[in-house]
Amino acid sequence: MSEKLVTITVDGRKISAPAGSRLLKVCLENDIYIPNLCYLEGMSDPPASCRLCLVEIEGEPGMVASCRCEIRDGMVVTSNSDDILKMRQVAFRLLVSTNDGHCNTCIANKHCELQQIAKFLRQPLRTKRLRHIDRDYPEIIDDHPVLMYEPKKCVLCGRCVYVCNQIPKGYKLDFARRGINTIISFYGSDLDPSSRDCEGCLACTEVCPVGALSSKKKWSRFIAEVKLKQEQKAARQSSD
Amino acid sequence: MLEQLLAGLEPSERAAIDDEELQILKDVEAEMPVFAAERSQLLPILQHIQGRHGYLPKLALQMVADYLGVTIGKVYGIATFYNQFKFNPPGRNPIKVCLGTACHVKGGEIILENFERRLEITEGQTSPDREYSLERVACIGCCALAPAVVVGDKVEAYVTPSKVEGIITEIEVRKAMAAREQERNEAANG
Repeated sequence: MSEKLVTITVDGRKISAPAGSRLLKVCLENDIYIPNLCYLEGMSDPPASCRLCLVEIEGEPGMVASCRCEIRDGMVVTSNSDDILKMRQVAFRLLVSTNDGHCNTCIANKHCELQQIAKFLRQPLRTKRLRHIDRDYPEIIDDHPVLMYEPKKCVLCGRCVYVCNQIPKGYKLDFARRGINTIISFYGSDLDPSSRDCEGCLACTEVCPVGALSSKKKWSRFIAEVKLKQEQKAARQSSD
Repeated sequence: MLEQLLAGLEPSERAAIDDEELQILKDVEAEMPVFAAERSQLLPILQHIQGRHGYLPKLALQMVADYLGVTIGKVYGIATFYNQFKFNPPGRNPIKVCLGTACHVKGGEIILENFERRLEITEGQTSPDREYSLERVACIGCCALAPAVVVGDKVEAYVTPSKVEGIITEIEVRKAMAAREQERNEAANG
């Protein structure tokens, strides 16, 4: 990649960055927040599946996903118009239309990217504007020796699958099923002894923007804490 | 390939494989070289195993993954994308509940639920004794007989909850009769 600097304008602000870098990355590095869920730095081929990072570029028809857009000299970008907000809100509503998670009992509560984006886009985490369709999946998938996964919280951003497959060796996560019933699966991890080494990596749980994927150890500790809190609360209420 | 795979298993997992499954795995191993070890052969291989054995055992999928040099997650992901692949062995009495448009309108979902409750398995599963397997299908072409169910290769028409009970009872009775018949034959021969 050339180190030649180009200058772009984002919301009226001039920014210089190396030619060919991704627009989303440049914006985030310059404190212009653009919501995103499926993008990770270093991706050569971002999936652009969450549709939250839409921006408008002068001279281009419609909106573009900034995670896939490489910057060019003289590019004029708008990231905060009403139209963009509306579009992102639609994308967000679609994302949470299948959300069945409960924030109070979620391991990611208060550091969940979905919560942050909901606040940024001024949208509730459960939408009433779209019909809720029940997905057909198990409550918890825990056939992996180290990891556990809750499909109901998952936004299917694919970050975990991406980071897992960047690592050369060991058991690999992947998507399974299709359409609205798509999940992340640990299928075959019980046959693969290297899946026990996942304990030392846990890269997938670190990139999970929500609380869908976590290590079993961390999870059981968290559940114990939640139970303790609930018991304490019940005890307080009964003594009042 | 199979030897290595079996050697890597925990003793409890090794014990869980019955002779029938082992036979399937050996057959899969023997048939595999018919196909080129290329990713494009994944679906043909899966279709071959499904067609020959009626389902895809987990160890067979691991063997396919090793043979083609892809991860088992990828193989499973692709196999679960298509409805034609099953992951449980078929039952001796496969029950297919039609949920095509006409059967749906006539309450096919209720019939499916009846079977699920009666057999204590959910759609896509096989009963532990491998007597029944239950699945949903889209239109079997008998819309005039809705709601329809296919048991083995026999079509049951205008199915109602009481008829669900009747179908199961009939199978149970036939099974008992066959068992008695065999006993009598054995006694006569012995």
